[in-house]
Amino acid sequence: MSTKKSTKKIAKPGMKPRTKSSAKPSVKPSAKRNAKPTVKKTAAATKPKSASAPKRALAKAAGKAPVPSASEFMAYAYAMEAEAAERYAEFADSMEVHNNREVAELFRKLSRIEQIHADQILEQMGWDRAPVTSADVRWQGAEGPETADPTELHYLMQPYHALQIALHNEKRARDFFSNLAKVTKDAGVRAGALEMKEEEAEHVRLIEEWLKRTPKPDPNWEADQDPPVLSD
Amino acid sequence: MNSPAAAAPLTAQAFKSDYKPIWCPGCGDYSVLSSFTKAFAKLALRPENVAVVSGIGCSSRIPAYTNCYGFHGVHGRSLAAAAGLKLARPDLTVVVASGDGDGYSIGGNHFLHACRRNVDLTYVVMDNHVYGMTKGQPSPTTEPDWDSKLSPGGTGLRTFNPLVIALAAGANFVARAFAGDPNGTAEVIAEAIRTPGFSFVEILSPCITFRPEQREWKQLVRPAPVTHTDDAARAARRLMTDDGFNIGVLYKGERKSYQPPTGKGKKHPIDLEAEFAL
Repeated sequence: MSTKKSTKKIAKPGMKPRTKSSAKPSVKPSAKRNAKPTVKKTAAATKPKSASAPKRALAKAAGKAPVPSASEFMAYAYAMEAEAAERYAEFADSMEVHNNREVAELFRKLSRIEQIHADQILEQMGWDRAPVTSADVRWQGAEGPETADPTELHYLMQPYHALQIALHNEKRARDFFSNLAKVTKDAGVRAGALEMKEEEAEHVRLIEEWLKRTPKPDPNWEADQDPPVLSD
Repeated sequence: MNSPAAAAPLTAQAFKSDYKPIWCPGCGDYSVLSSFTKAFAKLALRPENVAVVSGIGCSSRIPAYTNCYGFHGVHGRSLAAAAGLKLARPDLTVVVASGDGDGYSIGGNHFLHACRRNVDLTYVVMDNHVYGMTKGQPSPTTEPDWDSKLSPGGTGLRTFNPLVIALAAGANFVARAFAGDPNGTAEVIAEAIRTPGFSFVEILSPCITFRPEQREWKQLVRPAPVTHTDDAARAARRLMTDDGFNIGVLYKGERKSYQPPTGKGKKHPIDLEAEFAL
């Protein structure tokens, strides 16, 4: 670190929701809602696998190598939804601690939705328990494409900001599946990826509608009469 | 490290306590907490066999948020407490949590000698290049030109290079990780715990409240271009010429971990306690 130079001065802590993430999309299946998975259930799929070995193969799924099989695709789909649910729950806890209850409630709701998606995958595949946990998976980027970036948070953020974060993640998920469908050589994976792409696209539309109903933040939303940062 | 427990492995969630972290929203330490619990689950540890020891600072709040034994000690002295614990209870997996202020400034001397002694500990330092809890003073790893109200024009001081120092002082395992990669960080922590002796893991953990520019770290980190070495001098050369953003295990040595003296002259703790009784 010794040669590194900081080029920026301290700034107000600010959540500036980005419209575009530089994070590469990694894995993202979302066998959602009532959709019937088009992937064929196999014996391997119904038998939980060891959770000990990191599933690095998936890391290449969105870019070059396809997900090996349809059942593994669904396992990763589960991990992806579970990771997203866990992250939103962490956000909700954080906002509760900082007394931003409205946003905490929204993140809690988003967490529940993602967990429902994860549970539906288990049900659809007939799995008693998750074949992999989110910790067993290494994504192409640092985290799954539906996992929210913690550095986008701000203690004074408003529901509109939270929904922007959610919209961004749903778009990343949609794009991930779209790309996966293009690169995979497995017909089952392709069918599943296309189905999930459509579901994610629907989620994008739903959140866009939600955003339209949500008041836009005041331009001075981050103003704090008693700021925590001395330089503010 | 402990032998694998006979009982069914616990989930990462089982290693989280019921207390909600009070770190700023967006703090990298949330992800490090997640990495701790994932690593414990990955190693099939049991809460009763793990102790997390810390000093003072934002990162040092971690013992409260983990469901295992914990000790939130005094500033800079986490390693001393942890070494005592490990020597008294070698059956425990002892993980020490610190930050760049606690660990490299007031605790700097303990850091050197912990590396030298090579007690079987895992030392995790969450480095955000700033004192966050006390509102943004420069720390030993703050860049010399970091300009703020508390350090106008920057300190002008050369930054501390903890990984090279650890190698020079004798740490047996040296790694760098990034909080924004919690699964990768969990793997590194698990590997550090598995490796006997003093394991040092520096985690780049952004403080977006006082260092908002650290949001860019996620674009800067990348896996180290070469695999780890068992040659400390080679590892040190690599570290002195990198830009501080290569992550992964960088050095793994073969030093035997410190064992306390046994046999003649060793006193039982009860006898020692009696000597100090008033």
